[in-house]
Amino acid sequence: MKPILIRGGRVVDPASGVDADRDLLLKDGRVSAIDAPGKLNAAAKQDAAEILDAKGLVVAPGLVDIHVHLREPGQGYKETIASGTAAAAAGGFTAVCAMPNTIPVNDSPDITRWMQAPERGAQIRVFPIAAATRGSMGEALTEYGALKAAGAVGVTDDGKPILGDSIMRQTLGAAVRVGLPVIQHAEDTRLTGGCSMNAGALAFRLGLRGMPVEAESGLVERDIRLLAELKDSRAHLHVAHLSTAKALEAVRRARRNGLHVTCEVAPHHFVLNEDAVAEYDTHAKMNPPLRAEADRRAMLEGIIEGAVDSIATDHAPHAAHEKEQEFERSPNGITGLETALGLTMAVLHGKHKLPLSRIIALLSTQPAAVLNLKGRGSLAVGSFGDVVIFDPKNHWTFHASASKSKSKNTPFDGWSMLGSVVATISEGRIAYRA
Amino acid sequence: MPPPSTSQNYSHHAGSVLSVVDLALDDVSFILKAASQLENEDPLKRMKHLFKRRVSLLFYESSTRTRTSFELAAKQLGADTVLVSALSSSIEKGESLKDTGITLRALGTECIILRHPSSGAPYLLSRATGLPILNAGDGMHEHPSQALLDLRTMLSHLRGAKAASVSVSDTTLKGVTVTICGDIFHSRVARSNMLLLPRLGAHVLLSGPQALLPETAASAGPGIAVERDFDKALKQSQVVVMLRIQAERLAGLNVDLDEYKLRYQANAERIAAHAPDALILHPGPMIRGLEITSAVADGPQSAIAEQVRHGVAIRMALLDRALGAHGSKGKRK
Repeated sequence: MKPILIRGGRVVDPASGVDADRDLLLKDGRVSAIDAPGKLNAAAKQDAAEILDAKGLVVAPGLVDIHVHLREPGQGYKETIASGTAAAAAGGFTAVCAMPNTIPVNDSPDITRWMQAPERGAQIRVFPIAAATRGSMGEALTEYGALKAAGAVGVTDDGKPILGDSIMRQTLGAAVRVGLPVIQHAEDTRLTGGCSMNAGALAFRLGLRGMPVEAESGLVERDIRLLAELKDSRAHLHVAHLSTAKALEAVRRARRNGLHVTCEVAPHHFVLNEDAVAEYDTHAKMNPPLRAEADRRAMLEGIIEGAVDSIATDHAPHAAHEKEQEFERSPNGITGLETALGLTMAVLHGKHKLPLSRIIALLSTQPAAVLNLKGRGSLAVGSFGDVVIFDPKNHWTFHASASKSKSKNTPFDGWSMLGSVVATISEGRIAYRA
Repeated sequence: MPPPSTSQNYSHHAGSVLSVVDLALDDVSFILKAASQLENEDPLKRMKHLFKRRVSLLFYESSTRTRTSFELAAKQLGADTVLVSALSSSIEKGESLKDTGITLRALGTECIILRHPSSGAPYLLSRATGLPILNAGDGMHEHPSQALLDLRTMLSHLRGAKAASVSVSDTTLKGVTVTICGDIFHSRVARSNMLLLPRLGAHVLLSGPQALLPETAASAGPGIAVERDFDKALKQSQVVVMLRIQAERLAGLNVDLDEYKLRYQANAERIAAHAPDALILHPGPMIRGLEITSAVADGPQSAIAEQVRHGVAIRMALLDRALGAHGSKGKRK
């Protein structure tokens, strides 16, 4: 693999506190040097490095998405690891964490390894998140030690949240013993049967059953209570795709009490509210659902204030024929890998003036820290050569038809975005070039 | 950031009626006038309106009144109708709503009347076919033609026979309180009525037990309030719309049937005591002895059979508007 010199760009690396014009040399899949502009020219020449000119561009640690559905094994018609990671690379991501609701469920070291095998054709690094219970049935724990050894970076039953107190207690206890976070899709499914959008006046008017805010916040509160009872300060609960002010408040409180609780918010939950459902657009159907405007604003404020650790897409590809159904029958979820940076930049940087270093922290440094992905989310010398180069000033239009994902189920087709990816480098190899 | 046009503001055919919210008051006036004109027109002349035009009735649920009156309305305007029902078609074999719609369009259908158990299904059919779609009841969402025929029934009783054919405004029903009683949560008739009537100045009271009437119902739009005491609601009402109660549903929600009847049944004693002059409506099908007794249903205050008659006139107007040259009055996003 040829070394790469990224020259003339503005390096934004919150992990090492750098936000300045720097040149970056990648060698043997790692960051080998970072220095003032021009200072690495000799070294690069000696290494016969490929030169990438990043003048006017931002050079940042590759983005990290800790919540994606790559659909393999089992549902290759929606997405494959190859197509999903190609979309990820196009979106500036160099690492994605894949949820276990595959067919079969990823509840074994074999499947965990299979997902990471070179035969899958991944364009960037895939970190599987394994099922917390066998078959995600919420009954018997999987083998956390063996799963971690096979490469799993967390455990979760994602779409089938762990409701039983006793099994959740066991999960938290077993996970902390092997040093894995427990990720919970917080939804008390006893309150959401048959529901397809957020509860409230709009759901009533549309004749759709609504998921109450409490279905999310109640389970977050329960999980935090169990975590506190565990009395092991290393135990880590991560709340997936948080969507309500009430649940965010519970997370804040838990942190003030010294518990290790982290959370992520998806771009659609700070960009859209439930009004997007008004004409039964199935591209506005996801779980958790788009919420009321007050909750959307709370997500935005939580991110700006720093209460939210990570932006994560919940990339959930579905085939056209699945989404072109009656609203209640359509599956939940939207794609997100190619719109995350553009939306985050447009809303948080463009509109709310969050500095670039915070944007990168939310999309790379902090998510890598949440799931303890060593050597990711940083451009410090010795880190993996995971880099995104993007133009922070470029306004562009996202066209779903041009997406690299196998599925085009997105509400953001035709939306104007800010910040376009010029190149994505995964472990020193160019994975995407515009 | 959103583009000027997304699926959010997909432009449905101007002749479609998917929700009463789509209809401006001008559209409502237009429909009411057309209903009267068509009703009074010479039957042979009337046949020319939609002579040999193709109208499909796509029914995923059973129906007596709505299906028959839409079909009669189409035939009285000269249209050819074809009925596709879920049980006797390829729908049974798993054909999607989208493909069923595309198939009907390929067969020359110019307008589809859809009854479907899923809320919002007419929006999907509209996007899939681009044809004018008349919503004949979708899940728990809406039943716009029912609200229009209820309105016509109310107007002809409260404001005189001719009132049903004059222009309506936001004061047409000023001072009128309409109580809708029963299973509001599951009722598309309730939603269409509560979203239409207040726009003409009416005050809508919703009555029923918590399990069938969540508090959020009052925030569905302006001019709507919840009054759980049916007797109190009746005292204020000039119009009472009773809704069908499914005994199985009450059982599932742990609502005691006898207690329900005690509190919410429209029976002779209650109506005589609290609403001796109110107009009594019911969209049907009625479960006599449950939400309403025969004495009330067949009594002098009942306009239930009239509603059915008004249904044909309103549906003629909707079809004529959907397929006619002057059908582009609809105000659409």
